[in-house]
Amino acid sequence: MRAPAPAYSSNEGVVDVATNALGAWLVVAEEAVSEVSLTVDREHLVEAMIALRDTPGLEYQQLMEIAGVDYPSRAERFDVVYCLLSLTRNHRIRVRVITDEEKPVPSVTGIWPVAGWLEREVYDMYGVFFSGNTDLRRILTDYGFRGHPQRKDFPLSGYVELRYSEEAKRVVYEPVKLAQDFRTFDFMSPWEGAEYILPGDEKAKLPEAKGAPTPLSADAIQKADAKATPVQGGGVPKTSESTADTGAGKSGPSAGAEPAKPDVNPTPGKGQNQ
Amino acid sequence: MTDFLNEIEGRTDSEKPELGDVQIANYTINFGPQHPAAHGVLRLVLELDGEIIERVDPHIGLLHRGTEKLIEYKTYTQALPYFDRLDYCSPLAMEHSYVLAVEKLLDLEVPIRAQYLRVFFAELTRISNHMLNLGSHIMDVGAMTPNLWLFEIREDCLNFFERASGARMHSNYFRVGGVHQDVPLKLLADIGDWLDTRVPRLFEDALSLVVDNRIFKQRNVDIAVVSREDAVKWGFSGPMIRGAGIPWDLRKSQPYDVYAKMEFDVPVGTRGDCYDRFMVRVEEVRQSVRIMKQCLAEMPEGPIMTLDAKVGPPKRADMKRSMEALIHHFKLYTEGYHVPAGEVYVATESPKGEFGVYLVADGTNKPYRCKIRPTAFSHLQAADMMSKGHMLADTTAILGAMDIVFGECDR
Repeated sequence: MRAPAPAYSSNEGVVDVATNALGAWLVVAEEAVSEVSLTVDREHLVEAMIALRDTPGLEYQQLMEIAGVDYPSRAERFDVVYCLLSLTRNHRIRVRVITDEEKPVPSVTGIWPVAGWLEREVYDMYGVFFSGNTDLRRILTDYGFRGHPQRKDFPLSGYVELRYSEEAKRVVYEPVKLAQDFRTFDFMSPWEGAEYILPGDEKAKLPEAKGAPTPLSADAIQKADAKATPVQGGGVPKTSESTADTGAGKSGPSAGAEPAKPDVNPTPGKGQNQ
Repeated sequence: MTDFLNEIEGRTDSEKPELGDVQIANYTINFGPQHPAAHGVLRLVLELDGEIIERVDPHIGLLHRGTEKLIEYKTYTQALPYFDRLDYCSPLAMEHSYVLAVEKLLDLEVPIRAQYLRVFFAELTRISNHMLNLGSHIMDVGAMTPNLWLFEIREDCLNFFERASGARMHSNYFRVGGVHQDVPLKLLADIGDWLDTRVPRLFEDALSLVVDNRIFKQRNVDIAVVSREDAVKWGFSGPMIRGAGIPWDLRKSQPYDVYAKMEFDVPVGTRGDCYDRFMVRVEEVRQSVRIMKQCLAEMPEGPIMTLDAKVGPPKRADMKRSMEALIHHFKLYTEGYHVPAGEVYVATESPKGEFGVYLVADGTNKPYRCKIRPTAFSHLQAADMMSKGHMLADTTAILGAMDIVFGECDR
């Protein structure tokens, strides 16, 4: 790794020890960007966490973070990611469970009391339920807030805004009214996969409908008549129809066959490196 | 008067409690959200038995601005200024985690001078943060003067930030791949002088008023004792875990940038009370001064931004002559760079503890998910455990020794 990121002890062997310790509870273990991440069966999260905390060679004593991630295209759309830290082995690991809006994740508050607020936050932001958390209230959003703002289908502007109403003598909620739409530009490069239709080019790809015939001028009629009469003594046309006639692709007017490439069959050397 | 005495005579009879000697049930009071000792917009719902705290229920989120959601709609470069506004008392420490996370995903090499500059200013940030926290902690428990003296140092720090980046607080100075601009030599010389002369005098003078002061000790010693086991279970980090006696410092154990080359000591507490946490921070300031002096002595000349033209913007002079530089500039400041798909959790030792960024990239120019791990979240959650059985007046000392800033806690 060239980046000056925090360097903790190596990942070597961690996946093996974790695979042995977790057994069937482990779904996937992977190592990417020099970080180990385990996907664990949701039903057995608590047992797996206790194993990760107590197995010698793993010893992840501290739970530092629980993060939710939303992938709306998946059937079970939410990831709940636990970041664990081992103080004795100086190592970090990620544990992931997958869930949706209804299936609850077992709470780990019994192992780490710090999980209480972290789970509350995931619940608040994503609407993931945690079974066994006795205090699953909203935490960051307003009292009486509706919706789960970190979901990908929740708009950035939200749905309501609030102001102090002089008439009502209190703070009132109103639907969001923006003076200007949120300006989001897609700057993705057109050369790297984005498909753009420039303004005005909407019809460029469509097959063109046949327009009305252009009225013929007298001159054109005369030419058409001339074309209709057979060419006198018709033999060689005065056009070049193939590239061989035009000389395209040749290096010069009189160039013959392409010269042989010099390095196609190198003779084996006899130097000291051979 | 005798009439009155006759009237109340016998009212304290414990046989008849409804007369005079009122039985007090637990009652609940609100602490904040507008309270100078709440260090921001914290609302504590305190359940009291007389003056003894039975239960604390912190209500947070009053400063929630949806930073994580906003970052999902910004390119990697545009997301950086949001980090200044998380913990507005130590902005550069917040940026540090983020740039390291993006660099880890990009696997980007950072020039050595840039790494030195980042460590140097991260430590300056630590000093300025601790000046604010130590000063306000002292003031919360009743002393006035040290706070004013410590704010002198903080003011100097902010002036140095301004000279380096152009902004006093929200510096926006670190960049993915280095730092924004090189610093003038005069600035480094001035900071060197400042570290030698002004900091020790002001700092030691201010602290000599409180560290051995009887009243200060009465307010802090043996208040909110946290055992080592509790500190681990509650996810403590930074001065909070060191105050509990665990020598854990990410700069030492998981060094990033050039911290591996720095020599410094990690102070630990012995009792795990508010006084220990205070003194750990005091010693950290001295160690930060040490690190900054080493940076000044060792910092090499060289580039301050990565030479990878696909990430680091071109120099202004190049743009006048080179078409390539002009195109790179345009692409970097509109589309930005693409970060390869993957996820990382990168945590650094911010002045308040472990500040982490969990970044999920999907290969585009915007983060798919950027989860910020605030330090205050786990510390404030433990306020209930720490305050139980203490007096109402101790709340301010406990909060002061936690070092909480709500920009970061609520995000």
